[in-house]
Amino acid sequence: MPQPAPQELPEIGPRTNSLDILAHGRQQAIKRNLQNTFIVDVDSHIGESGHWPEVMKFLENDATREAAFTFGGGTGQGAFLNDMPGLQWQGVHGRIPHAAGLKEPVEGSDLPKPVVLSRRAMDALSLDYQVFFPNGLLFLGMHPVKEMEVELATAYNRWLVEHVLPHEPRMQAMLYLPFNSPAAAEATIKRFLGARGVCGFLVTSTRYQPVHANEYMRVYAMLEEAGVPIGFHAHHNWHNEYTKQLNRFISMHALSFVLSNLVHLTNWVINGMPVRFPKLKTIWIESGLAWVPFLMQRLDHEYLMRRSEAPLLKRLPSEYMREMFYTSQPMEAQNMKLLEGTFEAIDAPNQLLYASDWPHWDFDVPSAIWDLPFLNDQARRNILGLNAARLFNLPVPARYRQMAAE
Amino acid sequence: MKEIFVAAEADIPEGGRKVIAAEGVEVGVFRIDGTLKAWRNECPHQGGPVCQGRVMKGVEERLDDERRSLGIHYKDGSLHVICPWHGYEFDIRTGRHTGLDRIRLSSHPVSVRDGAIYVGIHG
Repeated sequence: MPQPAPQELPEIGPRTNSLDILAHGRQQAIKRNLQNTFIVDVDSHIGESGHWPEVMKFLENDATREAAFTFGGGTGQGAFLNDMPGLQWQGVHGRIPHAAGLKEPVEGSDLPKPVVLSRRAMDALSLDYQVFFPNGLLFLGMHPVKEMEVELATAYNRWLVEHVLPHEPRMQAMLYLPFNSPAAAEATIKRFLGARGVCGFLVTSTRYQPVHANEYMRVYAMLEEAGVPIGFHAHHNWHNEYTKQLNRFISMHALSFVLSNLVHLTNWVINGMPVRFPKLKTIWIESGLAWVPFLMQRLDHEYLMRRSEAPLLKRLPSEYMREMFYTSQPMEAQNMKLLEGTFEAIDAPNQLLYASDWPHWDFDVPSAIWDLPFLNDQARRNILGLNAARLFNLPVPARYRQMAAE
Repeated sequence: MKEIFVAAEADIPEGGRKVIAAEGVEVGVFRIDGTLKAWRNECPHQGGPVCQGRVMKGVEERLDDERRSLGIHYKDGSLHVICPWHGYEFDIRTGRHTGLDRIRLSSHPVSVRDGAIYVGIHG
């Protein structure tokens, strides 16, 4: 004594810079040479949260727009949203600080804050692209005012396309389809198809509309013809008659994120949507993976006994499901044998898409895929990025293919 | 085993901690029950910076004599560190995950000499 003080690492809190929160992600990327791997994150939520007043400026109905700025003490914060309380439980009551929303400062930049935050996450995790999804709008399909879904979704889509995406080509988005109004969903596709950074369209799964309803056939035909995928993004719903019985967030979250996609995917397959729209690519987002082999087995088992109720199908339900895409997060990795079996069941080397879900509480870093002991190198590269490149027609720089070959 | 300097002994009071990076290693040193514990700042789950997370009491669910729930309450005397990435929660005394014993933090030897705290690292 005295001795030179070593570098001290502070407690991570709600305002910590993403680069510091994810510093270990950066270290993992360097250790694994992930700069030599093309990585696409097919589920990021650095979205509209915290920027809602900015989104509200894109409302097209001036009466609604002016009314929006009477909310939040005149700031427009939270205007017209139908958030459920569940969203604020995600951080386990302060135990996971970033889950309350990234509150870090971004001084010194004229760019929209989501662009700065996205760049930080992409740089930390060695990502080439991030595909964006909303946060609070994941509940919007349950809005009691049907027309409000159309108005808010259009404002959100415009905010992304006009205000955010033009700044950063690595940012992509699947735009919100106001699915409760099929005509408005069709108009959304017509209006935004081909816009820079728009790589697909999204159905938020927390809603009570059956996806096989005849009113949606034109929506699916338009997407099939355009060659862009449709995604079904799960979310929680603590207000459904079943989930109301669950007294802990862990219980509701574990079931609810799967339940909506279980219902939608069952309707999708049994009503023969893959037969009606064979070229339409579907992505099932943020339900984890363990539910997929469960549903495959259930549907195959009953299909063979009740074929008369699914006459459009020519093959086992699981065979159609093997041709769909799934995002990886939150990947249940506590039992490697089961996970390996799941990867085999869903044809993961060709159909699985890495997803971080950053900055949500159960996000996965790329090493969660990279380190899986049963994957070969090509499967790892496919899942981390090349499957997404094929699905979204994203350009893969030649250097990656060369590096992989070496 | 190489030793690296962490802090003056007075810099980590009871219930306190210091997380340092040196020689390519990150270590969190905590003082609890008057004893120093050193844990590697790497969560066994996905490698998050566990020692930089919140330090707080654990909780318990209390039951009455008829095993009816009395709700969730802080557990007196407990002290946990919680990985800020995903909430994996570890007992600072043992380094064990509070819900599954076999998930453990990696420990480092700690020593105190001449009023200074050191931790041992391989390398």
